[in-house]
Amino acid sequence: MLIKKQYDVVVIGSGPGGLAAAIDAKKSGADDILVIERDVELGGILLQCIHNGFGLQTFKEDLPGPEYAQRYINEARTLGITFLMDTMVMDVTSQRRLYLSSRDFGYLEVDAHAIVLAMGCRERTRAQVRLPGYRPNGVFTAGTAQRWVNVEGYMPGNKFVILGSGDIGMIMARRLTFEGAHVERVLEIQSYLSGLSRNYVQCLEDWGIPLQLNHTIKKIMGKNRVEAIEAVAVDEKWNFIPGTEEVIPCDTLLLSVGLIPENELSKKAGVALDPVTGGPFVDEHFQTSVPGIFAAGNVVHVYDLVDYVSMAGSEAGRSAAEFALAEKARAARYIPLVPGKNVRYIVPHKLDKKALEKGDISLQMRVTRPIEEDVWLEVRGDENSIVRRSERYVRPGEMVTIVLKPKMAAEVEKTGKLTVDIYPKSEA
Amino acid sequence: MEERNYICTACPMGCKLIVRMEGDEVVKILGNRCRKGETFGRQEAIAPQRMLASTVRVPNGFHPLLPVYTKGSIPKRKILEVLEKIRDVEVMAPIKAEDVIIANVIGTGVDVIASRDMPAKN
Repeated sequence: MLIKKQYDVVVIGSGPGGLAAAIDAKKSGADDILVIERDVELGGILLQCIHNGFGLQTFKEDLPGPEYAQRYINEARTLGITFLMDTMVMDVTSQRRLYLSSRDFGYLEVDAHAIVLAMGCRERTRAQVRLPGYRPNGVFTAGTAQRWVNVEGYMPGNKFVILGSGDIGMIMARRLTFEGAHVERVLEIQSYLSGLSRNYVQCLEDWGIPLQLNHTIKKIMGKNRVEAIEAVAVDEKWNFIPGTEEVIPCDTLLLSVGLIPENELSKKAGVALDPVTGGPFVDEHFQTSVPGIFAAGNVVHVYDLVDYVSMAGSEAGRSAAEFALAEKARAARYIPLVPGKNVRYIVPHKLDKKALEKGDISLQMRVTRPIEEDVWLEVRGDENSIVRRSERYVRPGEMVTIVLKPKMAAEVEKTGKLTVDIYPKSEA
Repeated sequence: MEERNYICTACPMGCKLIVRMEGDEVVKILGNRCRKGETFGRQEAIAPQRMLASTVRVPNGFHPLLPVYTKGSIPKRKILEVLEKIRDVEVMAPIKAEDVIIANVIGTGVDVIASRDMPAKN
């Protein structure tokens, strides 16, 4: 596999948003598509979501997460999309240049005509909900536990309390029960469930796991390993209600307290973020505030259903392809001006081929060294000389100008680049 | 006449169902927004069914575990028994998504199948 310097569309992330974006960008006519994934396999967080409930809208089937991902992965593979695995995007600019660090290819710089941000979201941690008490081992986010139990084959503990009634927390309550653990309690600070009702039924009610609304954790106990948590009831302003404390012995605390769109890269690219969602401001095509940079899925706002993430990804992919093709056509109108013999630089650096139809274009340049004799200033196309004039001498201190005339338009139209040489007539 | 309350799990909408029973018979289902809700309510009142997902060991797999699920729903009261069966199974990579891992698990008529491709460890 060869990684190119330039792609039509670069997609960051290969979860449901990124895969759908790549697939639809390809179907919409963008040729060169690169998907960058920091993990060693495609699919994102769906791979650890082994429970069913995915794809009811997209496939009219009740699928587990890995199977839902597999269908998109298979389709993307047949379309000839390039995947760059085990690769971190370190920086992105508003000019759509990406700086990458890759296990297989080392340091890379890649330019994109359009970018789709599909980095997903991350879980809120203990620090973000400010849980008091000791800081022992045994406090994990629900998603971390999910990865261990479902993919890597480790049990994070035996006796669990789960803080937060988010979907991942409830799903893990059932999953841990299936694997022989005991889930003592799910605590929710709000007066209502924060995940889907169906998950309350299938995951908690079915397995007799108690949910306490209007409850939170007052203190985590245990010095090296979690030994217990102190639960407490709260009023409508989330103040602890004295006298309602209850110590619940456990060895592990899972946090399912919300997800935050992951936008560190978006910030680097200068993408404006909505303080309410935590994701980019987008238009109806999921274009961000930076032209040519699109965003799809949980990176924009946290969805409840993966089917909607895929739909958003598709739209962002189509729009990115459209932008990339227009950008490519615009770029194809230009030819570069290349400094040849004795020329240090030329301004302008590139030329719109059609510009000559409207009038003269003057090329301004400086030479690399003085030539104190009669010289030719010559502009060449790929094959022919386009214009040549003479000068009695050239010096670096004195700028040199060559004028292209409308009558040369036909010759310029044919060439892929223009090279300027300045050399003594004696050497001609 | 008895009234039972359920939350439909057929889709993420979570409709609140009221199932009216006459003895062991369902006479009316209210609160559903689609036909799936009707089916779910009837089933839930008589013999609840669930889909089940878990993992099996793949000693030579790219990951040590292969996610699997029941191709259809199984009786809720059989879940622990099916889990026990799944826990005893070990498979060898490579596996393709939807490969049958346990056919007709404990006579339920439902297959346990692979949730994803699982290549072998390099």
